[in-house]
This record gives sequence, structure tokens and C-alpha cells, in this order.
Amino acid sequence: MGWTGSLLRQVGGVTRLACQALARMFTRPLDVRETIRQLDRIGVGSLNLTNITALFTGMVLALQTAYALGKFGARLYIGEVVALSLVRELGPVLTALMVGGRVGSGIAAEIGSMAVTEQVDAIRSMAADPVRKLVVPRVWATVAMLPLLTILADGMGIFGGLLIGVFQEGLSPTFYLQRTAQVLTFDDLWLGLAKPVMFAFLIAVIGCYNGLSARGGADGVGRATTHTVYVIAISVLIFDFFITKLFLAL
Amino acid sequence: MSEPVILLHDVTKSFGAKHVLRGVSLEIERGATVALLGASGSGKSVTLKTVNGLVPPDRGEITVLGYPVSTMSEAALTPLRRRVSYLFQGGALFDSMSVFDNVAYPLREHDRLEPAELRERVDELLAMVRLEDVGSLQPSELSGGMRKRVAVARALALEPEIMLYDEPTTGLDPVTGGAIADLIVDLDRRFGVTSLVVTHDIPLVVRVAERVVFLHDGEFIFSGSVEAARREAPDPVREFFAAGGIHA
Repeated sequence: MGWTGSLLRQVGGVTRLACQALARMFTRPLDVRETIRQLDRIGVGSLNLTNITALFTGMVLALQTAYALGKFGARLYIGEVVALSLVRELGPVLTALMVGGRVGSGIAAEIGSMAVTEQVDAIRSMAADPVRKLVVPRVWATVAMLPLLTILADGMGIFGGLLIGVFQEGLSPTFYLQRTAQVLTFDDLWLGLAKPVMFAFLIAVIGCYNGLSARGGADGVGRATTHTVYVIAISVLIFDFFITKLFLAL
Repeated sequence: MSEPVILLHDVTKSFGAKHVLRGVSLEIERGATVALLGASGSGKSVTLKTVNGLVPPDRGEITVLGYPVSTMSEAALTPLRRRVSYLFQGGALFDSMSVFDNVAYPLREHDRLEPAELRERVDELLAMVRLEDVGSLQPSELSGGMRKRVAVARALALEPEIMLYDEPTTGLDPVTGGAIADLIVDLDRRFGVTSLVVTHDIPLVVRVAERVVFLHDGEFIFSGSVEAARREAPDPVREFFAAGGIHA
């Protein structure tokens, strides 16, 4: 099967699983134990990764902004640029890419191992539904945790910008935070939170789909895992464009 | 003669260019224990998986306990799968759960038991496979034989009418393998459970099976008693028995 066939199969499979998951997410029963386990693994386990990424991204963004705005004598606006860039774009996308790599691959590896050792068939043979037992808890956990991780990442990024603004550019912390608070509107926050919800759904479903499709032992699980990271990264960037375009048009 | 509870009629299954089943037919009566033999990769496990709908056939009819398995959706198979248990070759225990939770899984899924009742039932099931005090362990802490016995306990949790065994004694020492054989015989005698056993283990076949079916090149080339299999069956079957130490 060529590249196009593989792409169509992936899109078709992920779409079908997404519909199956949506149909079960809002109906009982929810596997509460598994959902709590996934909340811990997905959320708490990703905290350091996303916060460190955001902190240094905020600092680099502030450095670059200061350099660019310095040419026009407008260094006072560092706070605004850093806050807008982080909340509307970089916070959601970078967090999704980081969590997507870590969590998506983890989901694919775990479910893939279950698939190749017949554990998924075992669920089916005991008259249980693998989508309800495996996919729905992971989707809920990712959808619940990614927006929270993104809010924290935004905060860390703004803090990183603040450090540069204060210690390198000589701005007062109060002034920096006031400018940041003034520039952010409800629309920015809404866009910054809507994106992670959609990215989370994508990350979890793509990870689950590739895990459930894994065949042929450890090699198959390895391929499913690397493929998941690749598909998630591309999907997040493509969806980011369309979501941004949609929100700007509204 | 008792009613057939498993019926395969003209079942065909291929994976790409590999034809695994070429129009096979089989009838198994209630309470019977049938051994399904054949070389590795001959399609025995695929046959077993078609019986409870884990693998859909390309063509043909499969009827189990009156349910037309081959034409049913995954959701519609739920009531049938409560009555048909499957013992997977590697046990297929859930790595992320303790032994207790593995055995309790089908009970939590289908029976609304109080915690005390659940514990009592799980302890009883583990005692049946001679495994006490392992409930809190993870599957990774168990030996291969113990894992398989836990899988048997889990498979018995819903008191199935039909048991499908995929190589139940592979990788086990003779004593543990003998215990599994005892259990299969016991389930048949005490509860009238119908069993379809996929295996390469000829002593197990001799011990538990009333009938032997032999799969060769996608077809059942022999169906008859163990005695007939040793004496009158086509060459591949007799060779199989001879290699297992049972000569005509």
C-alpha cells in the first residue's frame, strides 16, 4: 500500500474511532478507576516537560522580541507580544506537541502491547467493549489535562518573559504584568483554551487508533509508537491552522 | 445424541493470499470435549476465534448456542460471549491490574456483586486453580504456569457453557499441565461444559478429548475418536500422534 493508501487508512480509521469514542464518552458506564489512572499519568507526568518548555520558550521569545522591537525603540511592548504569542499560539501548540509526543506515544505503546499480547481480544471475549474500556478513559483524561497543562504553560512562559523583561531589559515587574493583563482579551483566552481541547481529543484518538492497529509483536508496537508521534505532530500543526483561521473568521 | 452447540458450516477464511480455512464444517454436541489438532500455523487458533466472533469468517455460517455468530455485530455478540469463555495461549492477563482485579474483571463487568461477595467469588476461583494468596500480585510477578492458571480462573468466572482453550498446556511443566487437564475433565463432568481445545499436547488430548478433529491445509481431514485417530486416520494425523509418543 502506497503513501496515499496509508494516509487514507489512517484518516478513515482515526475518524471512525473518534466517532465511536464520542458516542460512548457521554453515556454510562465510565471506567472511573482507569480514567483516574490516566489523569495521573497524562497530566501530572507531563507537568515538568510542558513547564520547562514553556519557561524557556517565554524567555527566548522575550529575547527575540526585545531584539526586534529594539530597532524601533519599542522594547516596552515585550510583555504584550510575549503574552499574545504564548496564549493564542505557542502555549497551546507547544504543549500539544510535547504532550502529544509523550502521551500519544505512551498510549500507542501501551495499547499496542495489549493488542499484540491478545489483551484487547481478551476484553472483547469477556463481552466488554475495548473502546469504552481503553479509548474513552484516555480521551477524557487527555481532554481534561491538556487545557490545564496549557494554562500552566502559558503562566510559565509569561513568567519566563518577565524574567528577561525585568533582569535584562530593566522593566518593572508591575509594569510588565499590567501590560500583559491589559492586552489579553476574553477572545485570546477562549482561543487559547479551545485549541488544547481539540488537540487533546486528536492526540488521544490517534494514539489509541495506532495502538489498537499494532500487529506482529515488539516490532509492530515500535512502528505504531513512532508513527503516532509523526501523525500527531503533523495533525496538531494542520488543525492549528484551521482552528486559528476559523476563530479569526468568527 | 445431544444437540449441537457449536456449528461451523462451509467456513472460509483467508489473510491476504494465505487461505487458512477452505470451507470447513464441524458440529460439537453439548457437553463434548473436542481436541482440534494441526501443525503450527495451520489455522487452529483462527478457527477457535471464529467461534466467539473474534475473527469473522470470509464465508460460511457459524452458529453457537443458537446465535448466528457469523452475521452478528460486535455489540450483538455480548450475550453470547457471556456464555462462551476463551483461554488465550499466553493468558492475556491485563498487565496493569493485580491478579485479583484480573479475575474480578468479568464479574465487575457483568455481575453486580457486593465487595465481600466479589472477594469470596474470586478467592473461590483462584482456589479452583490451586492458587491462593496471589491476589495482590501483579501478573509480571507470576511464573508462566501461574499466569495460565490465573487466566483459567478468569475464564471460569462467568460460569461458561462453552470453553475455548488455545493451547492450554503449552509452556507448562508436566505437573501444572496435568492440573489443567484435570480441570478440563472436571468442568466437563461436574458442570457439563462443552470444550474445544486447540493443542499440540498429545497426552492432554488422550486425557481429555472424546473426539479429535485434525486441520491440514485449511481442511478438516479427520474427525473421530482418539482411538480411531491413532489407528485409522490419514498419515498426517497418525504421524502427529506418533510424534507425541502415542503409536497405533
